[in-house]
Amino acid sequence: MNNGKRRMLTGNKAAAWGARRAGIEYVPAFPITPQTEIVETLAQWFADGSLKGRFTNMDSEHSMFMAAGAAAATGVRVFTASSSQGILYGLESLYTVTGWRVPFVMVNVSRALATPITLEPDHNDVMSTRDCGLVQLHAETCQEVLDFVLMGYKIAEHSQVSLPVLVNMDGFVLSFSREPVLIPDEKEARQFLPSFEPAQPVFNATAPLARASAVFGGGTYMYFRIQQDLAARHAETVFNETAKEFGERFGRFYEPVERFQTDDADLVFVMSNSFATKGKAAVQKLRRQGIKAGLLKISLFRPFPAEAVASALMGREKVAVIDQNLSPGVGGITYPEIVTALYGRPGAPKKILSVIGGLGGKDIRENEFMTVVDKLNDPEEKGPVYLYDEKDWAQFQALAKIARAEKGGP
Amino acid sequence: MTLHSGEHKKIHDLHPEEAIAPGSALCAGCGGLEGIRLALKELGENVLIANAAGCFTLLSVFPFTPFKGSWLYTTMAAPVPAAQGVRDALDIRREAGRLAEEDDFQVMVVAGDGSSADMGLAPTSAAIHRHLDFLYFCYDNEAYGNTGFQLSGASPYGSATQTAPATAGHPAGAELGKKDLFEIWKAQNPPYIATVSPREPIDLSNKFARARGMKGARLFLCLSPCPTGWGFDPKETHTIAKLAVDTGIFPLKEYIDGQVVHTRVPKKRVPVENYLERQKRFRHLFEPTRQDEVIARIQQGVDSYWAHYE
Ligand SMILES: Cc1ncc(C[n+]2csc(CCOP(=O)(O)OP(=O)(O)O)c2C)c(N)n1
Ligand code: SF4
Ligand SMILES: [Mg+2]
Repeated sequence: MNNGKRRMLTGNKAAAWGARRAGIEYVPAFPITPQTEIVETLAQWFADGSLKGRFTNMDSEHSMFMAAGAAAATGVRVFTASSSQGILYGLESLYTVTGWRVPFVMVNVSRALATPITLEPDHNDVMSTRDCGLVQLHAETCQEVLDFVLMGYKIAEHSQVSLPVLVNMDGFVLSFSREPVLIPDEKEARQFLPSFEPAQPVFNATAPLARASAVFGGGTYMYFRIQQDLAARHAETVFNETAKEFGERFGRFYEPVERFQTDDADLVFVMSNSFATKGKAAVQKLRRQGIKAGLLKISLFRPFPAEAVASALMGREKVAVIDQNLSPGVGGITYPEIVTALYGRPGAPKKILSVIGGLGGKDIRENEFMTVVDKLNDPEEKGPVYLYDEKDWAQFQALAKIARAEKGGP
Repeated sequence: MTLHSGEHKKIHDLHPEEAIAPGSALCAGCGGLEGIRLALKELGENVLIANAAGCFTLLSVFPFTPFKGSWLYTTMAAPVPAAQGVRDALDIRREAGRLAEEDDFQVMVVAGDGSSADMGLAPTSAAIHRHLDFLYFCYDNEAYGNTGFQLSGASPYGSATQTAPATAGHPAGAELGKKDLFEIWKAQNPPYIATVSPREPIDLSNKFARARGMKGARLFLCLSPCPTGWGFDPKETHTIAKLAVDTGIFPLKEYIDGQVVHTRVPKKRVPVENYLERQKRFRHLFEPTRQDEVIARIQQGVDSYWAHYE
């Protein structure tokens, strides 16, 4: 156990190492900031012979996800990665290949969506894939990125799942930040994840297959869709089995949700991805001030671990769901999912507040967690709360003034 | 089924075996269906079809498939990338010793003209550029057929479609010309391109036989008379297809070794009118008032095409 090596790796490099240790054979690729370093690293490894198989430069993400699915349906272990506009551009293909029920792993390096165009992170890109049938693991650290990629293959290839797995990390915050990461020993990785043995039939001339045929009459369509739902739901059990095996082998244990000092907490922040680290620091600070705070981190976002969420939050008085995404006209996208998980349960929190913050690379500052606490304690506050304060407003006014001046305005 | 090698000379030379079973949701008299039937006779069973959204998607409706080979429905824009993924995976497996000789197969994209000329074009261009080893069968019914016959990039000037109707202000109907996919593909110099017609089975079969043994992107444009969209009686399919060739509107040719060769040259071209007047989509050129200008422009287009080769 743990006879790997520890290195300083960016999230992107950690993703590439995860793929390498998974023994991937095929990467259809397309660049996009902040993901590009992943496919560049893999391209280098295919070119210098460290990886065997094919690296194919595709013409778009729509093409890339299609090639990924088709190759998985033909019996090879596939990895790919994207971000932001690439996810949107490829969305039709993502829905298509999840319906094919083929296993592969993709990494999304979260970046906010246009318009306005930016390179910096938030979660609207990954949320756009929320309903397309991917299993989703959201990483807080570079180590989690690597580990989730390895675990991802085991989950994706499980005979009762057979779905692509998306591993999410935040652009910049993880993708370009070096953290100490343990790269598992190759043999150990191979024991955990043996070579790809497709559970579903793959394309072979001696055993022809018609796949993804058209259906008529809603009944047939619904049958296949329910199958997809059952498979996705079952992925939670498979996640737990996989995490157990992974923990026993590598000493790092994962759960669908991480409870950080929630057990005796009065108020809990619900967060995901890298900003959970900031949330944990805020919790510790609040605790030092005598405020019993806690944090619930969602690691397995699809299937949604409703039971685990509910059991962590039941008995807590106040909950703030901090969404780094926005559905205009609704608010935070995960907020309703948390509320639904708690609905009708005895001991459900009295207050569940929707908080929107950290959009498009905006930081969530330490004092803003204090703001959240104040809002939780303010009986008048119904939400959603935007973590956007006077300072942010003043900053924008300064820019707006320049913009107006350019037009000859005041 | 065993495949012939060598030139076919007569209809009797064509393979008696069928790689596609009769009985599908396609319309009676579908010219494209006849085209793919003949193509598959030549290619045999070891073919995976990567299909784009269109009429031919209805060939395989769960739980049936008319094909002896494999089938993968994709999307309107991405049948070619699917072919890329399948081909790459087969090559990876072969190199890793995980593909038995008899398990290998050809990958053929089957897509309509709309997919081919419009949203599927960039991925196709990319695949030709990557030297992807695949076949491409475009059945060209000159419109978005499956959605009810709307204008595509391949709809010819003067035809009426649901989204380019003929009106007093727009007497031609479609005012844009047909994209020349043959020339567009040719600009990238793939190893083989051919136009084929279901009415010329020997020509078609010989072209598929030639392409079968080659590697790389091998692309086929099959003019596909469409009784439903073009507006003619299903029993006329062959007459229409023949007239398309005899008028010179649809030149039968191939591009091989960097050369374009016409494989059937109409000796004396029949006036285009004879082709147009039999189809409802061109009816507005004849009634209520004759659109001489439009007809003349169509004829001129044909004449100037052939002038290059005469
Ligand atoms: C992205 C997308 N847009 C629109 C459609 C609707 N659609 C299905 S088939 C089709 C027409 C395809 O035309 P063509 O490729 O010429 O094939 P045909 O229908 O004529 O057989 C369209 C527009 C679709 N399936 N996907
Ligand atoms: S609409 Fe035309 S192309 Fe489509 S199936 Fe019918 S005849 Fe064939
Ligand atoms: Mg068409």
